[in-house]
Amino acid sequence: MKKDKQKISRREFFKAGAIIVGGVAITSALTPFDGLLFALEPPKGKGKWYGIGIDINKCIGCGKCAHACKLENNVPKEPFYFRSWVEQYTIKNDGTIKVESPNGGIDGFQQTVPDEEIFKSFFVPKMCNHCFKSPCTQVCPVGATFETPEGVVLVDENYCIGCRYCVQACPYGCRYVHPEKGTVDKCSLCFHRLEKGLLPACFEICPTEARIVGDLNDPESKLNYFLKNHTCMVIKPNLNTGSKLFYNALSSEVR
Amino acid sequence: MEHHFQNLYEVLSQVNGYIYPNEIDLNWSILIVLYPYITGLVAGAFILASLERIFKVHILKPTYGLALLTALAFLLVATLPLISHLGKPMRAYEIMVTPHLTSAMAIFGFVYLWYLMVVILLEIWFDYRRDMIIWAGQTKGFKRFLYRLFSLWTTDISPKAVALDNRIGYIVTVIGVPSAFLLHGYVGFIFGSIKANPWWSTVLMPVIFLFSAMVSGIALVMFIYIVLTRIRKQKIDMACLDTIAKYLFYILIIDFALEGLDQVHRIYEAEESFEALHNLVFGKLFFTLFIMQGLIGTIIPLFTLGIFQFYKPKDQIRKSIYFIISALILIGIFFMRWNVVIGGQLFSKSFYGYTSFKIGLIGTEGYLMASVWLIVPFIILAFLLWLLPPWKKKDEEHELQAT
Repeated sequence: MKKDKQKISRREFFKAGAIIVGGVAITSALTPFDGLLFALEPPKGKGKWYGIGIDINKCIGCGKCAHACKLENNVPKEPFYFRSWVEQYTIKNDGTIKVESPNGGIDGFQQTVPDEEIFKSFFVPKMCNHCFKSPCTQVCPVGATFETPEGVVLVDENYCIGCRYCVQACPYGCRYVHPEKGTVDKCSLCFHRLEKGLLPACFEICPTEARIVGDLNDPESKLNYFLKNHTCMVIKPNLNTGSKLFYNALSSEVR
Repeated sequence: MEHHFQNLYEVLSQVNGYIYPNEIDLNWSILIVLYPYITGLVAGAFILASLERIFKVHILKPTYGLALLTALAFLLVATLPLISHLGKPMRAYEIMVTPHLTSAMAIFGFVYLWYLMVVILLEIWFDYRRDMIIWAGQTKGFKRFLYRLFSLWTTDISPKAVALDNRIGYIVTVIGVPSAFLLHGYVGFIFGSIKANPWWSTVLMPVIFLFSAMVSGIALVMFIYIVLTRIRKQKIDMACLDTIAKYLFYILIIDFALEGLDQVHRIYEAEESFEALHNLVFGKLFFTLFIMQGLIGTIIPLFTLGIFQFYKPKDQIRKSIYFIISALILIGIFFMRWNVVIGGQLFSKSFYGYTSFKIGLIGTEGYLMASVWLIVPFIILAFLLWLLPPWKKKDEEHELQAT
């Protein structure tokens, strides 16, 4: 018995101990590297959690929202840069789909298809979906774009290096690179207005109240009322972006 | 700015169908086509060198040093197109200092630095240390100073020290092979992981990038080897050239199979994006995909190299054909990168339309600048070959063995 006890030397004991402790230390340090599990993240926080509702049945295609957005946020006036825009869908009798957005809808729309050929027509306002599993936030190499605790996706233009990876990653086409600043810009849900208790510009100006912004965590909010009483869908749900822009009466032609 | 807008208005008039308004300005242009091309050449040249060192294919010895120096010359230039395309290039250091760990692009700085410092520079150093010390003793002036500097003022060339050099160099090469895969694989992952873009989003993207990188790197070393021996008026080692061609052939087959599989899979599944991509491939991308990448860059070289496995024409003819084939492959792989990067941006993510693309001659994203980034590595390579000529190494070995 004595011989068995002395078989394990002190050296070997410390060696084994160090390996176990080291292994535990290393594996526990690895847990922060869950970057690959991005899309499994649950929604954050119990405070305000902003979502957006757009009623396609109410949109009349006046384009005032797109115009107000450009004015409020100093977006370049050229027709290549939009934080928010309106699309006109015309589905013809033969099934072909025509989509237009002349200058983002800012100047309103013309009827380009004669009456007798039209099967169905509607307008779809587009903007940043403020996804809670946003692929744009996932791919930013420096973390310049981020989600606030209120669920708004913002870009820090003092940190953005202008690599344009987020523009490629956004499935909804809502990002652009500012031609003068060289950094990426997009809808900020008029965060500067939200902070002061005001509505974002496009929501404020809509004459038919087709756009609603609200707190998804507040059961009494207008947005939750909207969601409960309409059949809402997001665009490209198969991409699992966690989009918080819910459309009522979204037709399958809309992408 | 006005000029830029004018370009965009022109593009606007050439839009087919509907694109999201923000999609008019193409985001990643020729510089982003160049970056994977150049890193691919680096990875491929290194794999060729490792074939000799690790896999003991000693017939490739004449190209070993050349492949390493080529890899270094191109690696030094690799970051430059990337940094110059950034909207805020002066903030590029942020990728190193505060990388966002969920982004594949954030790995860039580290992989690049690792590969440059630990793999390429160390391997070249350990391989050339003894020679630099010998050459320092035989030269004078600035060149001598360079040799003393790069050998870090060491003087030990005893057999024991040289054996240690070889041992460490071997270990570095072994580490270098997966590092080369990582250096170019992550670039493929950058594209392959974008679920928003169905032209890019495929599991095969990193693998395709890797194998096309190997093809381009091997073709580049073959090309330079032929040109170099012609310039030096030396007799080329045909056995070496034939072996390079053989590996080129095998890897080209794998590359072709992978790209073919990607397309067949896409055609078979015919997902939501299929019609849009189909129109893209047979429309705006027809010439660069089928003619340049497919016919000129893949089918013709594959066919020719395939025939050479059975029937070998005379040495002189074979060498000329190898020269042409390697040039064709280099062009073909460039267009492969073009088709991936530019092709992925020519169709709208709404799948309802297509935009157009215009590159100017001048400007940071123009043809001239792109040509500069492609020519500078050759200038660096010329300097490296002047300083560290691989053929002189061989002579020295024989001399020492004779004494």
